[in-house]
Amino acid sequence: MTTPNRLPDPYASSGGANLADILERVLDKGIVIAGDIKINLLDIELLTIKLRLIVVSIDKAKEMGIDWWESDPALSSGARRRELADENERLHRRIAELEAESPQ
Amino acid sequence: MNELRYVYAVTRPFDGALPDGNLPDDLRGLDGEPPRLLHHAGLVAVVSPVPAEDFDEAPLKAHLEDLDWLTGTARTHEAVIGVLTTLTCPVPLRLATVCRDDSGVRRLIEADHDRFVRTLERLDGRIEWGVKVYAHTPREDTQGAAQGAAPEADEPPPATGRDYLRRRLGQRRKRESAWQRADSMARTLHAGLSERAEAGVLHRPQDARLSDEPGVNVLNAAYLVRREESAAFIAEIDRLGPKEPDGGVRVELTGPWAPYSFAGLAGLAGLAGHAEEGSR
Repeated sequence: MTTPNRLPDPYASSGGANLADILERVLDKGIVIAGDIKINLLDIELLTIKLRLIVVSIDKAKEMGIDWWESDPALSSGARRRELADENERLHRRIAELEAESPQ
Repeated sequence: MNELRYVYAVTRPFDGALPDGNLPDDLRGLDGEPPRLLHHAGLVAVVSPVPAEDFDEAPLKAHLEDLDWLTGTARTHEAVIGVLTTLTCPVPLRLATVCRDDSGVRRLIEADHDRFVRTLERLDGRIEWGVKVYAHTPREDTQGAAQGAAPEADEPPPATGRDYLRRRLGQRRKRESAWQRADSMARTLHAGLSERAEAGVLHRPQDARLSDEPGVNVLNAAYLVRREESAAFIAEIDRLGPKEPDGGVRVELTGPWAPYSFAGLAGLAGLAGHAEEGSR
C-alpha cells in the first residue's frame, strides 16, 4: 500500500497529492465564508463539469454499483451482482453445450 | 495597482510556532511571497494580496473556467494550508474567498467569529487522513473482445470458441472476485478506522481521468484523527489492509491534511458517531 507521509511533515503534505484530492478539498470541503467578492463556485459552468470529474459522475457510479456515499453504505448494488451471476451462468451453459458438441 | 485580499484560512494566534513571527520564507502564496498574518479579535486570518485584475468578480469568474489556472491556484491554496497544518490548527476556507482590503478581512472575522471559535475548538490538535480503496479488475471484455484480445498480453489468442468462452468466464470470475474483495476491504477498513478516528466521512469515489490513479476507486473516505494518535491510526490501516499484494485490491493513504472534510457543516454530521455497520 502507498503511504506518502507517515506523520505530519512540513512541506510534504501535498507533494504527491493527486489533483482530484486537492480539488475535492479546496473546492468542495473547506468552510464557506462570504468574502466581499462573492463567487458562487457552482455557477461556474466549466467548473461544474470538472467537478463532475472529481467524483465519478452519478450515472457512471450507479452503473458500477457504487452509490454508498449517498448514505447507503452499500458498495456494490445487488443489481450488479445479479448481472454478473447471470452472465456466469450463461457462459457455463454455453461451455457445457460446446463440450457436448465436440467431445475431445 | 488595485489589490484585494485572498484569505486561505483562519487560525488562532500561533506566533509561538514561528521563529520570527512570520511564515517560512520558502512558503509562497498566490503573489509569490509568504502569506501575511492579519490578527483580529483573537483570531488570525492568513492572507495574500492579489491583483484585482485577476481576483475581482468578473476576472475571477473567467479564471475559474480555466482548468490550468484553477489547478495552480488550488495547489497553492492547499500548499499554504498544508504548511499551516504543521504549525497550528487552521480552519481552511473554500477556494477563492476574497475581500476588498484588510478591513474587509476584519469584517469577515467578526461576522463569523463564533463559528470560527467553535470550529477551532472542535478541530484543535486534529488532522485529516484520507483513505482510498481501489479495485483492479480485468479489463472489461467489451474492449478487445473484437480482436479476441485478453487482458494478459502473453496469452495466445483463443484457439476455439470454447477456449474463448472459458477465458471470458475466467475474466468474469476475476472481475467479480476483485469487486467482492474490494467491497469487503472497504467495509472492513471503514468500520475499523471509524473506531480509531474521532470522525469519518465518505466522499464520492474519484474519477481516474482526474486522479490519474490506476484501478476503480470504490472507497474515498476521510478521517479526523488526533495528531498524537496518527501513528496508531496508520498502523491500523496496515493491519486491516490487503495481505496479498496482488489480490486486485489496493489501499492508499493520503495526508496529513488540514481538517477540510470536517470544517463545514458536513463535517459536523461526520462527528455524530456515524460508524456504519461494517457488513450487512
